[in-house]
Amino acid sequence: MTTLPVHDDRGNLAVTPRKISRKATGADAVFEWSSRAIGASVLVITGGVGLFLGWQGYPTIKRYGFSFFTEEQWLPDEDRIGIAGVLAGTFSVAFVAMVIAFPLALLTALYISEYAPAGAKSFLVSMVDLMAAVPSIVYGIWGYFLIMPYAAELARWLESNAGWLPFLQVRGADPDAAYWDASRYYSSAFCAGIAVSMMVMPMACAVMRQVFSQTPPGEKEAALALGATRWGMIRSVVLPFGRGGIIGGTMLALGRALGETIAVALILSVAFEVKWNLLETGSSTISSLIANRFGEASASQLSALLAAGFVLFLITLLVNTAAAVIVNRSRSGAGTDA
Amino acid sequence: MTLFQDEVEATPTRGTTYLPVLDDDAPPAQPRTSLGRPSPEESILAWGTWAAALGLAWLVTQRLLPLAGVPWFVVVFFVCGLLMSAVTGAMHGGLIEVRDRVAGSMVTGGAVLVGAALVSTIGYIFYRGWEPLLHANFFLEDMSGVGPSDPFTEGGVLHAIVGTIVQLSIAVAITLPLGIGTAVFMTEVGGKFAKVVRTVVEAMTALPSIVAGLFIYSVFIVALGYPRSGLAAGLALGVMMLPIIARASDVVLRVVPGGLREASLALGASRWKTVWHVVLPTARPGLATALILGIARGAGETSPVLLTSGAAAFVVANPTDGVMNSLPLFIYTNVRSGQGTAEDRAFAAAAVLLILVLALFVVARLLARPRGGKPSLRARLFARRPPEVRS
Repeated sequence: MTTLPVHDDRGNLAVTPRKISRKATGADAVFEWSSRAIGASVLVITGGVGLFLGWQGYPTIKRYGFSFFTEEQWLPDEDRIGIAGVLAGTFSVAFVAMVIAFPLALLTALYISEYAPAGAKSFLVSMVDLMAAVPSIVYGIWGYFLIMPYAAELARWLESNAGWLPFLQVRGADPDAAYWDASRYYSSAFCAGIAVSMMVMPMACAVMRQVFSQTPPGEKEAALALGATRWGMIRSVVLPFGRGGIIGGTMLALGRALGETIAVALILSVAFEVKWNLLETGSSTISSLIANRFGEASASQLSALLAAGFVLFLITLLVNTAAAVIVNRSRSGAGTDA
Repeated sequence: MTLFQDEVEATPTRGTTYLPVLDDDAPPAQPRTSLGRPSPEESILAWGTWAAALGLAWLVTQRLLPLAGVPWFVVVFFVCGLLMSAVTGAMHGGLIEVRDRVAGSMVTGGAVLVGAALVSTIGYIFYRGWEPLLHANFFLEDMSGVGPSDPFTEGGVLHAIVGTIVQLSIAVAITLPLGIGTAVFMTEVGGKFAKVVRTVVEAMTALPSIVAGLFIYSVFIVALGYPRSGLAAGLALGVMMLPIIARASDVVLRVVPGGLREASLALGASRWKTVWHVVLPTARPGLATALILGIARGAGETSPVLLTSGAAAFVVANPTDGVMNSLPLFIYTNVRSGQGTAEDRAFAAAAVLLILVLALFVVARLLARPRGGKPSLRARLFARRPPEVRS
């Protein structure tokens, strides 16, 4: 049965057109507003952490002024507080970690995407993910007990053979002595960096492998068809295509390396000093400073620790944002449907 | 030789099927040559390269240079392998061939090194921690009244396991509804406000875990005056995990095909019903994986717990009832104590933690397994973000 529109006496439509509105009604309105409320509460919680850190750290920065960033020592009892030393330590540990993690991540990603037998690929991908899921304390005790003696040996070898490089010198130690003083090489930024590199390597590797696997197969086959060797194909197609992913993955890993706490706190012996002697014992990072000092901190010292934490957060935020921008902007991951 | 029956008609009628018959005089079928597989010469060359490198490495380290020890042997072996690759490459072709072979050896060597590092990590944990693991009391007792150097027949990590489970449950109770709710808000409701929320959530994934711990420590314990407890530790883990889970769920929900939503809306379902009956069930494996990987990350984090929970030597099941231990914290404090048996206990606890994380990881992989031609979670997680669908 068809219902015909009803006309009034003058031939006009009797019904007025219904109002079209995008506003949700009934259950939809409840859904929309409750999910909006959840979003707002998460915004308050997460944003609140950042604001709280800045707000709490402000008195410290006001009190110490610019010297907060130039003072090396952390001596609350003498009213000398500054983050120059721990900032330098943070960057030197992260530097060592990236020097080790970057080539390994790149090689592993290339191996998985280009060299590994097809049957083993998904297994290898799971292994890398598993490495990323291993708790950092596990890498910490691995580095502390198993790797540190070898790392000290390597450090001595590096110093005796490349000691003319200023950052490989160890003050007060003679690498060529008949009986070498191993304790001068233990607990250094170098040792901590090795443990941290194991934590961040899988992260960088996963991003790089993902980007490499999105390389258009047509371009790879074209390179091979033109007679390129496998390495020639990788160098001319895969690496240029994945450049954004390589840089972005490395920076994501760097952001994680800067904030890593527990392995560093376990391995480093504490020293507050701006030093670029990576192999020398003793250093400190912002996160290990917080882990070691929060217990005995008074209210004002806590504010100083929060200020240091805020600076660390700003640095990692900057690094992560830059990484996200680079990954999104590059050709990698875009226009690869073909 | 013909494969067909002899009585082939000149003009076959419609619908006639000719079956092949066996031709006894035909030569046996030749197996097809596999084009992708390396020829015997190539594989012998590849193995021979590394066999030669092994011999050279032995000669160099044991006879020529004073390089004692296994690490040096491995290093020299690898360098010799690279050299031999270059030499065998030069035998076959020019510089291009040499480069290809050396690069291949480098890449494989790097991957093997990473694999060795993973194996050595897991192997070393079990090697140092196997002894306490053999005693059942390690899983069934706590450390109350047990000294750090007491034998392994006394004491265990039950309190740490219980603590980890309680703290993770609190963290999950906070992050599961809030994280997934936020993701639903960001993808399904949208708008300017959602963009602000997304920006802030993505920014907060950069928050170092120790700073999350310090936040709860200074707010909950110092400012509000509550004692250190499992609740505080759970809150710290929650603050740390919330942005991670919200962001991962957001990525999962974004790749639910827009066509499914549109189909549901076109059939007259309300937006709420669309989300509840179409979007969330479609994304369920992905959401489960995001949640489980977040839990695995939280289970292994030591620094937030270090600041907020304190360490008890006995089982505490009530999160508001004072200090509470957890597995990462137990490992950290025992390693720091420097006692031999305490260190071995720490390694055994690390093995337990590793098994816990591994189990979570395997569950996540099983849930993410593609079913019936669906792309895997990895593919979906990292797939190019489709343009946002706004209803």
